[in-house]
Amino acid sequence: MTDAVITDVPRSVSDARAAGRFLLIASTVLLCVWVLVPIYLLIVNTLSSPAEVTGFPKTGIPSFDFGSVQFFISFAGVARALWNSVLVAVLTMVLSIGLGAPAGYALSRFDFPGKEVFRMLVVMTRAFPLPLLALPLAVMFIRVGLDDTALGLALVHTVLAIPFAVLITFSLFSGIPIELEEAAWTLGCNRWQAFRKVVLPLVLPGIAASAVFAFTISWNEVFAAAVMTIENRTLTAFLIQSLNVSPLHLKFAGGAALVIPALIFIFAVRKYLFAMWGIANR
Amino acid sequence: MSPRFLPYALLLPATLFLLVFFLYPFVQIAVLAFSGPEGFTLQHVQTMTSHWKFGTALTNTIVLAAIVVPIQLVMALSMASIVTKLKTGRSAILYIFTIPLGLSDLAAGIIWLAIFEQSGFLNSVLYGLGIIEQPILFLGYQNIWVIFLAVIIAEVWRATAIVMVILVSGMGLIPREYYEAAEVFGASPWKRFVKITLPMLRPSLQSALILRTLAAFEVFAVVVALGGTTLPVLMGETFQWQFALQDRNVASAYALVILAISIASTLFFLRVLRVPKEARI
Repeated sequence: MTDAVITDVPRSVSDARAAGRFLLIASTVLLCVWVLVPIYLLIVNTLSSPAEVTGFPKTGIPSFDFGSVQFFISFAGVARALWNSVLVAVLTMVLSIGLGAPAGYALSRFDFPGKEVFRMLVVMTRAFPLPLLALPLAVMFIRVGLDDTALGLALVHTVLAIPFAVLITFSLFSGIPIELEEAAWTLGCNRWQAFRKVVLPLVLPGIAASAVFAFTISWNEVFAAAVMTIENRTLTAFLIQSLNVSPLHLKFAGGAALVIPALIFIFAVRKYLFAMWGIANR
Repeated sequence: MSPRFLPYALLLPATLFLLVFFLYPFVQIAVLAFSGPEGFTLQHVQTMTSHWKFGTALTNTIVLAAIVVPIQLVMALSMASIVTKLKTGRSAILYIFTIPLGLSDLAAGIIWLAIFEQSGFLNSVLYGLGIIEQPILFLGYQNIWVIFLAVIIAEVWRATAIVMVILVSGMGLIPREYYEAAEVFGASPWKRFVKITLPMLRPSLQSALILRTLAAFEVFAVVVALGGTTLPVLMGETFQWQFALQDRNVASAYALVILAISIASTLFFLRVLRVPKEARI
C-alpha cells in the first residue's frame, strides 16, 4: 500500500500529503497504461496491412490500412460466425431475462417456504465450473436434435447468465418500494397491471443493463461454444478452432472483432456494474 | 391466481431450467466418466491418468492458479484502495480499470499474442532499445516457462478487474464511523487498512477468491492462444479429448478432476474466510 510509505517518513504533514498525492496519481496512471496499452496494440495490428502485421520491427503506430480487416471479413466462415455469435447472444439474453426476472421478482416481493432452497440453487451455480456442462449437454442435445444449433448453445450460455439475471433483477425489484404497487392496487389495478404500469417502467433501464450483461457473457464464451458447435460456429469457436492454422492478421482482426463490441457493452452498463457485483456478493 | 401460489409459479421456469440444464448434466458428467459398454468402469479414468500429459496438465493448472490468484488479490486490493481515495475522475478511472472484465479470455490471449509473438511489440521494443539483435521466439516449445509467464501476465491483466469490482463494492459497505474512530485513536492509514478494511472485507474477499480460483482452474483460451497445445492445462486437455480425439468419456473424466479441485478450493475458502453470523454487517 502506498500509504505505508508516507506515514513512516518524518516530514511535515503537507509534505507527506503531497508525496502521497503524487504516489496515488502515479500509480493510477500506471494502472491505466497497463490496462489500455495492450488493447491499443491489438487495434494497431488490426489497422495495419497483413505485411505490416508480420513485419519487424513494429512502430506501434497504425497505418490505417484496412487490408487485415478486409481479409478477415471476406474470410470463409467469418460472416456466418459473426451472425451465429449475435444470434446465440440474443437468445441467451432473452432466455436468461425471461426466466430470471420472474424469479428475481418473486424473491424480492414474497416470503414463502422454499425461498432459501432456490437461493441455494442459484448460489451453487457459482461453485461449479459451468463451461464443463457442455460435455453432457452435447450428448443430451444429440438425442433431442438440438446439437450444433444456436438454441442449444444459448441454453448452455443461459446457465452461465441466469444466476446474474436472478440476482440483479432481485436487487432492482427490491429497490422499488412495495408501497408504490400497493397504491396502484388500491386505485383499482390488478397485480399484473400494477406491475406493468408502475414497476416495469422503473426497472426497465436496469433490466436492459442485465440483458446487455447476459449478451456479453454469451458473446465472450469460448469453451462451450467450441465444444458444441461444428457447422454453426460462433466467432469465438471459429477463432479458437482455426488458431493454429490462421495467419497472424486474421487472429488480430478476429480479436478486435471480439473486443470492440465488448468495450461498447461494458461502457453501456458501467453504471450498473457495481450494483451487480455488490449483490452478487451476498 | 391465489397469491400463495404466485411466487412458486414465478420461480418454476428458472427452477426447472436449472434442474434440467445444471444439476442433471453434472450428474451426467460422472455417469459419462464411469460408464462403459458393460456398466461401471474405471477404464476412462485410467486412460486419463496414464496419459503423459495428465500430470503436467494438473500441475500446470494448479501452479498457474496458485501464482495468478494471489497476484490478482494484491493488485485488486491496491486498485480498490486507489479508487476509493480518488476525488476527481473517479468514474472514468473505474471504467478504465473494469474494461478487461468485459473481454473474452480468447481476446485477452490474442491481445497478449500481439505483444509476445516473434514479430510482436515486445521484440520490437527490445530491438529498438538495442538489447537484442534478432527477434526472439518467445512462445516456442523450447522455453515453455516463457509461455507460462505470458499466460500469467495475460490472466492477471484480464481477470483482476472482476476481483477489484467485488472488493470496491464490498468496501462501500464498511461503515465510515469505523475509520473515523480509528483516526481519532491515531491509527495510521496502513493500520486502518489492516485492522478495519481487511477484516470487514472478509465476505467480499471470500466470494472474490472463490470466483477467481474457479475461473483460474478453467483457464483455456488464453493458453491456447499463446501456446497452442505446448502448455497442457486441464481444460485444454478436456477440449482435446472431446473435440480432437472424440472421446467424451475421457473428457468427462477430466471434467470430474476440474470439478473436484473446484469444490475442494471452494470448501477451503468457505472455511478459512468464514464469517461468524454475529459479525456480519
